[in-house]
Amino acid sequence: MGDWKTITVPVLSSDSKNIPSYTSERKISPPSMNSQVLRLSLPSSKNMHSFFSAFCTEENIEQSISYIDRELTTLGFPSIYAESKGKELNLISIINCMNELLVLQHKNLRAQEEVEMQHMKLGSDMDHLQNCYAKLKEQLELSKREIVGLQERDRQLQSKNRNLHQLLKNEKDEVQKLQNIISSRATQYNHDMKRKEREYNKLKERLHQLVMNKKDKKMAMEILNCVGRADGKRGAWRTDKTEARNEEEMFKVLLSDYEQRQKQLLLENAELKKVLQQMKKDIISLLPPQKQKPKEKSEDGLVMSDQEEDIGELNKENMWELSCETVREQLTNSIRKQWRMLKNHVEKLDNQVSRGHSGALNEKDVISREDHELETEKLELEIQQCKEMIKTQQQLLQQQLTCDDDTTLLLQDCYLLEERERLQEEWRLFREQKKNFEKERKSFTEAAIRLGLERKAFEEDRGAWLKHQFLTMTADCKSENATTPSAFLRSKYLVQIMFLHSSEPDIRLVKSASRQRKPPSVLSAPISAEPCQTSQYIAQNSVASEKPAADNMPNPWVESDDKEETE
Amino acid sequence: ASCVQHRLVVRDASSLQLLQLYTCLDQIQYIEWSSDSLFILCALYKRGIVQVWSLEQPAWHCRIDEGSAGLVASCWSPDGRHILNTTEFHLRITVWSLCTKSVSYIKYPKACQQGVVFTKDGRYMAVAERRDCKDFISIFVCSNWQLLRHFDTETQDLSGIEWAPNGCVLAVWDTCLEYKVLLYSLDGRLLSSFRAYEWPLGVKSIAWSPSSQFLAIGSFDEKVRILNHVTWKKITELDHPATIASKKTIVYKEVEKSPAVDTERLSFPPTRELASSLFSTQSKYDISQVPVSLQYVKPVADRANPKVGVGMLAFSADNCFLATKNDNIPNAVWIWDIRKLKLSVVLEQLCTIQCFQWDPCQPRLAVCTGTSRVYLWSPAGCVVVQVPGEGDFQIVSLSWHSSGDSMVLLSKDNFCVCYLEREEV
Repeated sequence: MGDWKTITVPVLSSDSKNIPSYTSERKISPPSMNSQVLRLSLPSSKNMHSFFSAFCTEENIEQSISYIDRELTTLGFPSIYAESKGKELNLISIINCMNELLVLQHKNLRAQEEVEMQHMKLGSDMDHLQNCYAKLKEQLELSKREIVGLQERDRQLQSKNRNLHQLLKNEKDEVQKLQNIISSRATQYNHDMKRKEREYNKLKERLHQLVMNKKDKKMAMEILNCVGRADGKRGAWRTDKTEARNEEEMFKVLLSDYEQRQKQLLLENAELKKVLQQMKKDIISLLPPQKQKPKEKSEDGLVMSDQEEDIGELNKENMWELSCETVREQLTNSIRKQWRMLKNHVEKLDNQVSRGHSGALNEKDVISREDHELETEKLELEIQQCKEMIKTQQQLLQQQLTCDDDTTLLLQDCYLLEERERLQEEWRLFREQKKNFEKERKSFTEAAIRLGLERKAFEEDRGAWLKHQFLTMTADCKSENATTPSAFLRSKYLVQIMFLHSSEPDIRLVKSASRQRKPPSVLSAPISAEPCQTSQYIAQNSVASEKPAADNMPNPWVESDDKEETE
Repeated sequence: ASCVQHRLVVRDASSLQLLQLYTCLDQIQYIEWSSDSLFILCALYKRGIVQVWSLEQPAWHCRIDEGSAGLVASCWSPDGRHILNTTEFHLRITVWSLCTKSVSYIKYPKACQQGVVFTKDGRYMAVAERRDCKDFISIFVCSNWQLLRHFDTETQDLSGIEWAPNGCVLAVWDTCLEYKVLLYSLDGRLLSSFRAYEWPLGVKSIAWSPSSQFLAIGSFDEKVRILNHVTWKKITELDHPATIASKKTIVYKEVEKSPAVDTERLSFPPTRELASSLFSTQSKYDISQVPVSLQYVKPVADRANPKVGVGMLAFSADNCFLATKNDNIPNAVWIWDIRKLKLSVVLEQLCTIQCFQWDPCQPRLAVCTGTSRVYLWSPAGCVVVQVPGEGDFQIVSLSWHSSGDSMVLLSKDNFCVCYLEREEV
């Protein structure tokens, strides 16, 4: 149908133009035209013209029409003749046939395009595959070469390895040989040495004999006088007893040394045991208790409960005082178990942390768990503190409650009693002092009266003596001439007498004034010491009402004393 | 007391005033005070004579003549009344009594570095013996020289013995060809034996801590191993590497500084002080930054007694520090803190360390290196003290006074006493 194709293309393309012009040049559909028409692009109008004129000319219209009709009918199209035999053309059928042909042409073109597309695709695929193939071949080549190279290297290294092993073995053998040589030489040397030493010993013996034989004249010790022993004792004879004593002493020395060491070791042991106990407690406290961790595995929980029981038991006994084997083992085993649990716990935490880092959801869980732990710990602490507080408060409350009934009153009474007793004591003391004061006052007044009397007597005597003197003096003066010195003396005596009598009130006033000014510190007479003390004492027992009275008391009393003195 | 040729000079320790002067028969090789400081023995090894002088009675004299037996060593007994003389070739040890003029003999003593040791309280004496190629130890009671115990040791060739300060344990160590340290109790029982390794050279030095708690063993492999007294097992190994990298160690380095000479004040002829100060170099301590690499001396491989390993060990009196010297690194003193079992300080000097000794009262270490300077270290710091004087005073060894207030510095021909002031508190 190639011919058919070649002709129809130009016909279809310039349809309206070329219907009239038919050529009979059907034969001008050479194979050369095939190749031309295979081109997708439509031929130019010039070619089309030539084609059209080539097939149907004015001469062979009938032939070409009949030919076309035959072709169409063979193709299945209805005939273009109006009737089966007539020469009139059925235009409608012609147009239909043309339309059909056009449609067919379109379809064919499309098919061709598709086929060409596929062809191109396949071509490019093939190119691609060929390139890949080429590359892979190259790679294969390369890798083969590499493999060969590596194999070579491997072989070389193995051979080197073998060589080195061999060398090592050789060296080891040599070392062994040398060691054997050394040991054999050493034994040989020892043997020789021993031989020589024996010879030497023989020589020494000989020499020794000679030396000993050459009588001891030369060997002597000249000493001026014997020196006493360093410790002053006399030398002891060597007897069995001394031997035994020496042994004893030696063993004593050794024993004391061992005892000392044992003590040190015991101390060390005790300390270490304490440390282990402490560590155990710390580890137990570090490990999370079972209640807070429902998420813990059940095995751990079981283990924990067992361990807690054990721990309780062990802690109750005083482990560090026992030192027998089983106890020691128990302690170390328990510590090991605790340590293992702690390790597991820490590992778990590590895992949790690592898991937490990797997943977001896990993070939340982990964080919440950790937070949970911390919070629960805090809460526990708080609970503990609160409990303690509550306990103490309860105790205080108890006390108060019970006190409200009887004990408080009693207590208060007790306090009052105490105070009353103290007050009574003080009153007693005060009264005693008062009595003492009275006594002293009496004695002082008596003394003062006596003193006054004596003084009076003395003054009288003095006055008498002075008078006597004066009289004698005047008697003398009568015999002699009255001179100023005697008059002076006389006047002096008179003045003295006058002074005595007149100055008393002054003295008294002065004395009392001085006393009033500084009551506690004037110590002109021993009498004043007592009132000072008493005034001080009374001042100390500070009862306000008493004070001024006390202060007032000595002063008028002193004044009266003065009065009595001076009279 | 000091001896010059054949004269014994006794001076007062605080004022160096001459107190006594004694003359011996010949050159004195060794002197020793008796424990109560009343007598001094002068040993004249060449003549085989020991002369004893009394401090209280200068007229008193005593002479012990060993005759043809010869004399190799001589020492006092702890009670200050007996003298132990070791005869030549270690034939025997003669015990001379100054109180009773009696003589006792101990046969077959061992010819080793430390064959006769007394306990700190002076009650017992341990003597190493060797009979028929086997080592024995005899323990005597010093008060009456009675043999208490006699037992053999499992050593090949005993090299030394030492009592623990508590007098109950005796440490015995083998020759340096065998690393073996044995611990015997006072009654002769073997408490424990310690062996760190088998073939390389073994123990070089040993020291007990003053509380008898630790035994430090210094060996030829430049390490110190410390044993504890409870289990007699090693508690730690202290290494002496040539490079110190730890940041917690303080390294004091002695640095020389030449004094600045004021050229204007130079006078001609130069005064004596000026001359000596020009030629003497001052030195001071500098703190070096870690890491520090110390001067390392490679030992000559094919000689006996190589200068390798820890050769000097000393514990401080308060049991807190251990001073060691590694002979490979001869200029450094290593001070270890025993409470932490760590290296705390390294003192790096300019010359080889000759001798160091701890103060018997405080944790103070005095070091001398053969120069005319003595170096003091205490936890508070360290200081260089120059010995004043003209000429060179090469300090070869030093010794502290028992009160810790002064120390004697010895050179080849002279000695001087260094007084340390107590801090006014």
